[in-house]
Amino acid sequence: MLKIAKERLNDLYAKIAESMGLFIPIKRAGEVNYAVWAEGKEVSLETLKTVKSPKNAFFPQTENMMKFKTEGKNLEVIDIRKDWSEEKSFVMFGVKACDYKAIEVLDKVFLAEPVDTYYQLRRKAGIIVTLACSRPEESCFCKAFGIDATSPLGDVTTWMDETYLYWQANTEKGEALTALVQDLFTEGGEEEVAAQKETTAAIIDKLPYSNLDLSRFKPENLNELFNASEWEEMSEACLGCGTCTFVCPTCQCFDIRDFKTNEGVLRYRCWDSCMYSDFTLMAHGNSRTTQMQRFRQRFMHKLVYYPSQNDGLYSCVGCGRCVNKCPQNLNIVKVIKTLGGKNND
Amino acid sequence: MKDVELKMIERAKELLASGEVARVIGWKKGEFYFDPVPASFETVEELDSLVYNYFCGANLSKYLIEMSKKEGKTAVFLKPCDTYSFNQLVKEHRIKRENVYVIAVECLAKLDINKIKAQGVTGVTDVEVVDKQVKVTSLYGEVVLNKPDVVLEKCSVCQKTHQVKDEEIILHERPERDVNRFAQVAELEAMTEDECFAFWRNQLSKCIRCNACRNVCPACSCVKCVFDNPASGIAAKANDDKFEEQLFHIIRAFHVAGRCTDCGECSRVCPQNIPLHLLNRKFIKDIDSFYGEYQAGETAEGKTPLTEYTEGDTEPNDVFKGEAK
Amino acid sequence: MINETLIPKIGVVTDIRKDTPDVKTFRVVGTDGKKLFQHMPGQCAMVSIPGVGECMFSITSSPTNEEYMEFSIKKCGCVTEVLHALEVGAQLTVRGPYGKNFPVEEDFKGKDLLFIAGGIGLAPLRSVINYVRHYRENYGKVVIVYGARSKDDLVDIDEIKNEWVNEPNTEVYLTIDRPQDGWDGHVGFVPAYVKELGLNPNMTAVLCGPPIMIKFTLAGLLELGFEKSRVYTTLELRMKCGVGKCGRCNVGDKFVCKDGPVFRMTELDELPDEY
Repeated sequence: MLKIAKERLNDLYAKIAESMGLFIPIKRAGEVNYAVWAEGKEVSLETLKTVKSPKNAFFPQTENMMKFKTEGKNLEVIDIRKDWSEEKSFVMFGVKACDYKAIEVLDKVFLAEPVDTYYQLRRKAGIIVTLACSRPEESCFCKAFGIDATSPLGDVTTWMDETYLYWQANTEKGEALTALVQDLFTEGGEEEVAAQKETTAAIIDKLPYSNLDLSRFKPENLNELFNASEWEEMSEACLGCGTCTFVCPTCQCFDIRDFKTNEGVLRYRCWDSCMYSDFTLMAHGNSRTTQMQRFRQRFMHKLVYYPSQNDGLYSCVGCGRCVNKCPQNLNIVKVIKTLGGKNND
Repeated sequence: MKDVELKMIERAKELLASGEVARVIGWKKGEFYFDPVPASFETVEELDSLVYNYFCGANLSKYLIEMSKKEGKTAVFLKPCDTYSFNQLVKEHRIKRENVYVIAVECLAKLDINKIKAQGVTGVTDVEVVDKQVKVTSLYGEVVLNKPDVVLEKCSVCQKTHQVKDEEIILHERPERDVNRFAQVAELEAMTEDECFAFWRNQLSKCIRCNACRNVCPACSCVKCVFDNPASGIAAKANDDKFEEQLFHIIRAFHVAGRCTDCGECSRVCPQNIPLHLLNRKFIKDIDSFYGEYQAGETAEGKTPLTEYTEGDTEPNDVFKGEAK
Repeated sequence: MINETLIPKIGVVTDIRKDTPDVKTFRVVGTDGKKLFQHMPGQCAMVSIPGVGECMFSITSSPTNEEYMEFSIKKCGCVTEVLHALEVGAQLTVRGPYGKNFPVEEDFKGKDLLFIAGGIGLAPLRSVINYVRHYRENYGKVVIVYGARSKDDLVDIDEIKNEWVNEPNTEVYLTIDRPQDGWDGHVGFVPAYVKELGLNPNMTAVLCGPPIMIKFTLAGLLELGFEKSRVYTTLELRMKCGVGKCGRCNVGDKFVCKDGPVFRMTELDELPDEY
C-alpha cells in the first residue's frame, strides 16, 4: 500500500492531468459534481455524494452519436467517433463504493449483446480510482445491497484520513496509473486503513437504513408487487419530474433524437426519465398514462424487473441520492419499507 | 409547532367524520423529522400519520388542480405563502374554488435540510426547534444552529399573510420581521453585464434539466408544457447545449412573469441549488417599478399589470432599455 | 468504423404501393441494390428519416424474398406522415433485425396454422404467411381470417386475392366491419366471424391487430377450445434503441423489442397488464 500526504494531493492531480483527463468532484456555484480538474479548481473529495453520479462519464447526459448528410437524394451516415481507436484514457477519481457498483449495473445493460460501443469505448478508456467512505450519512443504505463502503473495488482503491490518502492498485490499469504517479507516494498505511475500515463498518451497521428487508422483491412476486394497492398512495405526491432518475447512478434509460444543424442532421442521445409523461408516448397511444404507473415502473424496474433479467442483482445501490433530492421526499426507501418484507418495521 | 399539529389533526378528523369534506390534503410523516411527504387523507384513521412541523415547506396548492376535480370537497392546509399560489390558480380557473375548503395554518418559517447540512452537519437523524435555535442530532454528535441561518430562502424574506381562509389555525404570535426580498436582486443589478452573465452561466450550467422547478411551480400549470410537446418543434429533454439551457429557465421565467407569487418552490426543489427564484424576483421587481407595486395572488379576481392595458403604461421600448417611468 | 447497432444502414425506396387510404408498402434495398440484411418472420427493423425520427416497424416481406424488404406502414404519426410523402428513389435509414421471430421452424412445423389479422395487423403476418407458403410442404392446413374497416382498408388485397386463395390446403376468409357497395363478402367484426367459422381448435393460431380485436378474438378462440399456449400475438410499444437498453418498451421484466414482439398468450398471462 502507498500513501501521500493530503497537502500534496494537488501534485497528484497535476501529475495525472499531465497525461490524461482527470474527473474529480469539484465544487462549482456551491454544488459538487464530477468535472475536469484544472489548477485552481476547488476539489472536494470529502463530499460524500456528488449531485450527479459518476455515470455521466460513461453514459453522458447528452452524447452526439452520428451525423446524416443529404446531397440530392443521397443520404450519408457518418460515425462521428473518428478517433475512437485512440480514445484517450481518463481517470475518474474519488468514486464511492455505491457508485462503483452502479457502473457494474450499467455494464450489464450496455455491454450485453449487442454491445453499446459508445459506452464500451468510454469504459475501456476510463480508469476508476475509488475512495472508501469514512463518514456515511443517514441516507446511505449500500449495505442493504451487500456493498462494502469501506473497501470499494475499482482499478485503484484509496482511503483518506485526516492526514493521508492511501492508495492500492487492483488491476492492470490501476498498476499502470500507479507507475505514473509512484514518485509522489511512500510505502505504508496498512494499519491506518485497517483501523478506518473497522470504525466505518461500525458506523454503517448503525445507519438507520442499513438493514432494509428486500426479501419480497423477487421475480416470482412480480405480479403481486405490480398489483399492490399501495402504489397509489406512495406515488400521490410525485411531481413527475426527473430528479430521482437524473441523480440516480443506475438509471440508464435514454432517448434518441435528431437535431437539424446547418451541416446536416445530428442524431444524439440523452438521458430520459420513466417519470416523464411522454416516455412511452406513441402516435396511437401510451402504455403508461398515469403518474402512478410511471412511479411504479421506476421502482419495479430497480427492485424486480432488473434483478429478474440479471440474476438477482438489484439496480439500486443504496447511494441515497433520491432520498436527499426528491422535492417531495418520496424515495426508494419508502417503497422498500412499504413493500419489501416483514422486517421493515 | 406540535400544538398546531394536534389542532390540525383534530380539526381534520372532525371535517372528515362529519362528511363536510371527502379528503384532507396535508403532510404525512416521513422516515425522519425532516422528510414529510405531501399526502391526502381520506379516513380518520389515516390522519394519525399527519404531521405539521418545521419541514413542511412544500406548497400544497398545486395538488388542488387535480384534487378539486374529484368528487366531494377537499380540505387543504395552506401556509401564508401557499395562499397566494392558491388565489392565483383560482384566478386562472385551474382550481375549482367551490370544491376546496381552506384551513389557513401558521408557519413560523420552515427549515431547509440542505442549509443544515451545508453548515457541516452530516448524517442528520433528528432536528428539534427551540425558540430561535435548532438542535440537530446526527450520527456524529449534536450541533446547535441559529434558526435564521437554516430557514428556507423563501421563509427568510417572507412578509406574507394569509390571503384566503375558510378557517384558521393560529396559536402563536407571528414574529415581526423586517426584510427586503429584493436585496439579492439589487446585487445582481449592480453587477456589470459580464459579471451578471457569468453569474447566471455558472449557476444555470449546473442544471440537469430534471424539470423539478417547472413541475412544482404553481404558475406552471399548462396541461401540456411547450417543452414536452413534440409538435412544438422546441421540445427538449436534454441539456445538450448551455445556451439552450439558459433559455429554458429564462423562457420559463417569462411565462410565469406577472403570475409568479414568489412562493420559492423552484429554488427549494432544485437538486443543484440554483437560485431560480432570483429570475422571478427580478421580474417582480421590474413589474413593481414599471407598473406600480403588485403582488400576484393577493386576490383571486381582477386584472394584472401584464394582462391589462392602461394609457399610462410604460412603453415597451422603455422596458427594454430598463428605463422605468 | 466499429460495428454499432445504433448506427443504421442507408436504404433506398425502390417501390411504393398504396394499399389503402392510409397504408403504403415500401420496398427497400441497400445502396448497392441488394437486400439490407436477413431476418425471420415477425422480426422488426428501425426505420428512420433523419431529422424526423426513427420508429420500429415489422418487416412485412418474407425472409424468403432474397431481393428486397418490404414495410407496410400506416400513417398515424410524424414519422409515418413523412414516410408517406416519400417518392420512389428516396433514401432512408434502416437497422435491424430486432426481436424474436415467430417459431416457424420450431413450434409451427407440421402444424395446422390459423392466422387472424385486423387492419394493419396483417403486416407482421404477411411475412410469416409467405414464409409458410414458400415452405408449404412443412406445414399443415392454413386458415387466414382477415378483417378491416372497409374493403378499401384491406392491406395488399391483390396478393391475397390472386395468390393466397389459390394456395393448396389454404382457406382465406375476409370480412369488413360494415356493408359497402361492391363488397359481396362477409360483413362483421373479426372476433364474431372467427366464432361463426367454428374453427378447429387444434390449430396453432397467430393473432395480430388492434388490442381490442385481440382481446375479443382471443376470448372467442378460447370458447372454441383453443389452447392459450398455442396462440401467438405481437405487441407494440414505444421504442428508441431496439435492443433492450433504452428502457421504455418493457412489460414487466420483458422488453418487447428484445424478448418480443412475438409472445405466446401464456407468456402474456404472466406479465403485468400494462400494454
